[in-house]
Amino acid sequence: MIQTVLNTIPTPSFEYALLSPILIMFLAACLGVLVEAFFSIEKRRFAHLIIVFTSLLFAFSAVALQSGPKGRALAASGTVALDGPGWILQGTILLVATLSALLFAESKVDPLGDAFASRASTLPGGEEEKTVTKLGWTQTEIWPLFTFSISGMLLFVTANDLLVLFVALEVMSLPLYLLAGLARRRRLLSQEAALKYFILGALASGILLFGSALTYAYTGSLEFGQISNGISSANNSPGLLTAAIALVAVGMLFKVGAVPFHQWVPDVYMGSPTPVTSFMAGAVKVAAFGGLLRVFYVAFGALVWDWRPLIWVVAGLTMVVGSVIALAQSDFKRMLAYSSISNGGFILVGFSATNRPAIAAVLIYLIAYAFATVGAFALLTLIREQAGESSTLIRWKGLGKKSPLVASLMSLFMLSFAGIPLTSGFTAKFGVFTAAISGGATALVLVGVLASVIAAVFYVRVIILMFFSEPIPDGPFVVVPSVFTTIAITASALVTIILGLFPQVIIDLISSASVFLR
Amino acid sequence: MNFPWLLIILLIPLIAAVLLFIPKKYVIFKDQQIALYSSLITLLFVIVVALQFDTSSNATTQFDISFDWIPVFGISFHLGLTGISLVLIALTAVLTPIVILATKHEVQKKNKEFLMWILLTEASALAVFLARDLFLFYVVFEAMLIPIFFLVGRFGGPRKNAAALKFILFGLAGGLVMLAALIWLYFAAATQLGRGTFSISALSNELNLDVWTERWLFLGFFFAFALKAPMVPGHTWLPDTAEQATPGTSTMLIGILDKVGTYGMLAILLPIFPNASKEFAPVIIGFAVFGVIYGALIAIAQKDMKRTFAYISISHFGFIVMGIFSFTSIGMIGSTIYMVAHGLSTAGLFLTAGYLISQKDNSLISSFGGLTKAAPVMTGLFLISGLASIALPGMAGFVAEFMVLTGTFQVYKIPAIIATLAIILAAVYMLWLYQRVFTGIESKDSKNIIDLSKKQILVLSPIVVLTVLFGFYPAPIVKIAEATIASTMSSIGATDPQPIIKTEVNK
Repeated sequence: MIQTVLNTIPTPSFEYALLSPILIMFLAACLGVLVEAFFSIEKRRFAHLIIVFTSLLFAFSAVALQSGPKGRALAASGTVALDGPGWILQGTILLVATLSALLFAESKVDPLGDAFASRASTLPGGEEEKTVTKLGWTQTEIWPLFTFSISGMLLFVTANDLLVLFVALEVMSLPLYLLAGLARRRRLLSQEAALKYFILGALASGILLFGSALTYAYTGSLEFGQISNGISSANNSPGLLTAAIALVAVGMLFKVGAVPFHQWVPDVYMGSPTPVTSFMAGAVKVAAFGGLLRVFYVAFGALVWDWRPLIWVVAGLTMVVGSVIALAQSDFKRMLAYSSISNGGFILVGFSATNRPAIAAVLIYLIAYAFATVGAFALLTLIREQAGESSTLIRWKGLGKKSPLVASLMSLFMLSFAGIPLTSGFTAKFGVFTAAISGGATALVLVGVLASVIAAVFYVRVIILMFFSEPIPDGPFVVVPSVFTTIAITASALVTIILGLFPQVIIDLISSASVFLR
Repeated sequence: MNFPWLLIILLIPLIAAVLLFIPKKYVIFKDQQIALYSSLITLLFVIVVALQFDTSSNATTQFDISFDWIPVFGISFHLGLTGISLVLIALTAVLTPIVILATKHEVQKKNKEFLMWILLTEASALAVFLARDLFLFYVVFEAMLIPIFFLVGRFGGPRKNAAALKFILFGLAGGLVMLAALIWLYFAAATQLGRGTFSISALSNELNLDVWTERWLFLGFFFAFALKAPMVPGHTWLPDTAEQATPGTSTMLIGILDKVGTYGMLAILLPIFPNASKEFAPVIIGFAVFGVIYGALIAIAQKDMKRTFAYISISHFGFIVMGIFSFTSIGMIGSTIYMVAHGLSTAGLFLTAGYLISQKDNSLISSFGGLTKAAPVMTGLFLISGLASIALPGMAGFVAEFMVLTGTFQVYKIPAIIATLAIILAAVYMLWLYQRVFTGIESKDSKNIIDLSKKQILVLSPIVVLTVLFGFYPAPIVKIAEATIASTMSSIGATDPQPIIKTEVNK
């Protein structure tokens, strides 16, 4: 009896080479846990840095070596799809995460140490906190959390099965909930952000899981390719399917921070330690949109006419609401949070076109946006006051006089966000608008144009504050970072300029890789 | 490939802008000298190119140079010279050194930065007039907002921040609408021609858009151009910007960059969207005439000199647009001359007044009076520029305005007659301004006003010389622009109206 059952179950295939980037990061995370267990507290930081950066390097090499046309295949019995977009997304996540890792590692800009609480368990403002801070302890558990989250993202963007997708989502998100609460300064705000993120995130995960269950109920499969087949062949009970797609959509749109599921974004971005915020706005955003693309293009691709109007509405709302609310922000981090929402709207504009140029456009937009936003957050960590980072915009008056370099680079990123030509932001915007018009959504492009003009106001206002206003007497000062942050800023600035001047490089790479496997 | 004249012309100011930032240990020139010499070298190259320009050639563009930029979308870095672009790059190349010299007194601190932005403004103006690829044109059209944005915001008056913001938002609003139209045009062209292209020549010669597509696209592009060369009612940014900007900035902005709007109408709208252009022409003429009169009336009522100049320019842009949309050779050539004449007279007004304003730190008309005694040379120069601006016969402006009105009258009689009223209004705003500032009772501290030095007179003299020269002998401009205008006319299928009285030609 047992023998016959066993015979009917096929031996699962497991392509180690193709899955190696995910495995490397996962292994690194496990090693990190071991470091926490066996290394003395002084040696941990160094060991973690070695493990994290080596694993990022190896994982990226694994992606780079296998991402050619030959390396595109389904793996792990069809539950993971390492196709063109999958490799591109993995590569992007690894690069952007490396930049965030550099910010995590920075310990020179804050006189008290890195950006994280010395001991997360201490009471904010209590005696114990002061003691551990004085001792110079650091919360090195951030490193395994960080690597776990990356391995989750790498799996999330290649998941070809709703169950794998859900597991990946949790592996990616749970560490983030923790990381969000670990800020060294303004700890109560940070802990509040973590709690908010956790509760809303868990709710969204639940909705996604419920949607997956309904999808299974309708199509009899969790695998994207078979879901697509099931949808095409079955013709009963469309209500069930509609509910399934709606629930999956809500879960995914929550993760990308689209309106009306965006309320968590500003609080979480503002409360989290800035390196973590850069990680969320960069790598996590890439991962979330990557997952969204695959689920809707591959699994629900057959029903594009049903869900597209919904995406149109969400995209328009996200662009406009994000831009309009950003106008009213006085805090830089909060402003960038709304900017992140509004940029998500532009990505959805490209996404809604559902053709091959759309995939390329979304990928290019993600790359351009992720690098610019990490750069902007990295610069924020350098603009400080006694109490920590100075993120109140009005206090940035005359920053151009104090540090022309930091202010100029910040202006570069702002201009890129505003989509001024010769920066990567323009290349990206051109791409999504082109895709949308080719997909017949001209009206949506006009909404996008309107939103761009509104958005330009708050980006340009930052430049006006820094360069055109006189400095205030006790304003913030600019600190000189260590090599970590310097590399992160230089790299993001270079990507922003190169993608603006010579977009052909990236367009060639991505256009040849914008077909999903199913 | 030909010798890359145009590329060199474009690169000189860019390289000079970088050279400014080389530590002074390694360079023997001062910042001012680097900027000045580079702009003079640019001018020299433009003159060399102008001398080689073949006015009898049938080719649309000359001195072409083209590199692939983004081949996937058929985008190339394509520079080429048409008659009209030659006229406008010459204007740019002449005005830039003058601005660099004449604004020495404007910016004592941050001089290096000021010069950098001026050079970048020059480079972007040259690039936009030379671009023969619509995508490249668009990129520069947007990118050139940045130098002026910084020039206004870094060096302007007390309310510079608001002015800079307003300036860049109007620019972006126009530009982004154009972007949407540009992408739409790309797909329309790709479907019809079987290949995606942004080449202006290909789009104007090979494309036959369907009626509604053409109308929408025309409106998209027109919106951007009409905001740039501001037509009423999209003009409000110009007076605000001009009021806060330094006179040098305003010269670059109004004298040169705003011409991109009218240039775009002439060189892009008409050839690519001929049918829609014809359909919308009467409406546009209506707006233009309204702008002519409105600008002139509001100019009379201004209390601030720089605002007055801005409204005068708005009135003049109305004339230029009117000439272009009259679809007559004489009107279009008139508009081309008008762009030059307006560039020169704007420079004359802003820079002369700039010497005055910088001595008092304000530009209110009421704070001056009776300057003739203290500053006779300045008075004279201002009067000449003013008269040139209001198109006194013998000045370039007269030839231009006369041709524009003649051209318009051939097709649209009533609008032309109404526009003629602006000549009377022009006399009012200019002479009254002159009267209040330079004649009458000397105001309290007018005696302290220092007159122009010999050097300053020398700097401004080319403007006067050219204004008078083109006033009596506009043939060079006509000759250069003629062929391009003729080909534009034929591409829109317009013919000049025949004279009613025909004289028998002796056989």
